[in-house]
Amino acid sequence: MSEWEIVVGLEVHAHLKTRTKMFCRCELEYGAAENTRTCPVCLAHPGALPVVNGRAIEYTIKLGLALECEIASNAVFARKNYFYPDLPKGYQISQYEAPLCGPGRLVVPTADGDEVVRIVRAHLEEDAAKTLHAGGATGRSVGAEYSLVDFNRGGTPLLEIVSEPDLRSSEAALRFLRLLRQTIVELGISDAEMEKGTMRADVNVSVRKRGEEGYRPRWELKNMNSFTFIGRGIEAAAREQIAAYERGETLQQSTYDYEPDTDRLTVHRSKEEADDYRYFPEPDLVPIEPPAELVERLRAEVPDPPGARIRRLEPAVGFDVAYALVTTERDLLYAGLVADGVEPRLAANWVMNDFAATGDDPGAVDVAGMAAVLKTPGLTRDALAEATAASAQPGFSAADYTSRTAVSDASELGPAIDAVLAANPQQVETYRGGKEGVLGFLVGQVMKETQGKADAKVVNQLLREKLTQDA
Amino acid sequence: MANIDRDQVLHVARLARLELREEEVERLGAQLNDILAAVSKVSELDLSDVPPTSHPLDVVNVWAEDEPRPCLPVEEALANAPEREGNYFKVPPGGPA
Ligand SMILES: [Zn+2]
Repeated sequence: MSEWEIVVGLEVHAHLKTRTKMFCRCELEYGAAENTRTCPVCLAHPGALPVVNGRAIEYTIKLGLALECEIASNAVFARKNYFYPDLPKGYQISQYEAPLCGPGRLVVPTADGDEVVRIVRAHLEEDAAKTLHAGGATGRSVGAEYSLVDFNRGGTPLLEIVSEPDLRSSEAALRFLRLLRQTIVELGISDAEMEKGTMRADVNVSVRKRGEEGYRPRWELKNMNSFTFIGRGIEAAAREQIAAYERGETLQQSTYDYEPDTDRLTVHRSKEEADDYRYFPEPDLVPIEPPAELVERLRAEVPDPPGARIRRLEPAVGFDVAYALVTTERDLLYAGLVADGVEPRLAANWVMNDFAATGDDPGAVDVAGMAAVLKTPGLTRDALAEATAASAQPGFSAADYTSRTAVSDASELGPAIDAVLAANPQQVETYRGGKEGVLGFLVGQVMKETQGKADAKVVNQLLREKLTQDA
Repeated sequence: MANIDRDQVLHVARLARLELREEEVERLGAQLNDILAAVSKVSELDLSDVPPTSHPLDVVNVWAEDEPRPCLPVEEALANAPEREGNYFKVPPGGPA
């Protein structure tokens, strides 16, 4: 074990799935033609005034409740001032001293116990517009000749969730992020898809000697938008920091971009020299004081969290299967089958192996019908395979499969086996001569004789017994 | 009382990407100091029992339904653009000054 320990904290951003923007009623539409979703508010025309999107407030409170956060009794929007073409007002409306959601936590279950990740805060802000940098060599802002701005995205409600630096490895960071993402998606407040840009993260990484108190200066990796690169970026930052410390250097707090092609970090060119944002309360918006009855209504709408579901399933199927069922969102299907009397291991096995291979939507499965199929003793392999393929399709009927059981009763199979042995004396001799490979042929003959209704395993066993007994 | 010095005027101007002439640095510095002096009158009062206020109005919880309203036609949206390319606003490159 290395004497160094990795310390990671995350700032996660997610676009809220509202119909309209945060402070104006321009409709949000992914992929709309450029600058067709704008108005005087999101273009910052003089005199235009912002009006808060009520649904965004509700979504943020819901997230806060799911993360066991304190919901603020008084939340205030604030201006974060910086000058950039993607921000026409010259400031972003965000929250600073009084966010909607205060301290909370997310409990990440692992095979070795719970990892408790403390949440510092969750707040609401508006996203910036999209800029394209033209001319210059890199396509980046540095060295570009000019920028093109599309304000459609400008003003999209953006949720920011900040964790304490409680994560101790890249794996732990990814486990946390995945569980947080699932929590957000199941709340129905965001699609949180990194590939589509509706979720991204700033990752704070530092290292320290095991047992050391306090934290060393951290490097912030900006705008990470892939789980894989977040994992690699954490490893790369830790590697470079440890190497620097072992050379006897001291490090400063700094912002970096992770370059996936080279697996290296480069210093991030800041939008604002000293991050001098000059926050102050937004005078155009009044404070939010979430009424208790609103908070209670939203609390009732928060679904059972994924971490708790994993722990509940664990005793029946073990941690790994429970984790897989919940994180692939197939645990409701599993629970339905078990409730309908399917043995837990069989249900888990069918869901995670047979059904998962179909790629079908677990929510579309005829649970009662499929439970009846799985409970049928002696169902043939073919019947199970066909039922599995059809289980999430319209028109599924359990009765089409439950009648297709294999004959496994020795007294029923006896005559067919005797007939096959009598008809194939040559192969019987070969088998008795020590070439057991011929058994497969004989099993096939019995299956044929019984029109495929025999249980192949039982046939195999009965044939072996007969061939040795009668020798 | 706080005093705005020349460096602070230049720093704030730079943050706002404003280029100031020498006499403007002087004039704006003096005006900023006058504003600060006027505001600091408040500190003559004993406000130890007054909770901090984030907004002058005694109003909270103003929000709208999440229902789309018409957007500007793209030509109107771009009418004040200093330059355009296609339906994009064309602006000087962003990034560190
Ligand atoms: Zn708008």
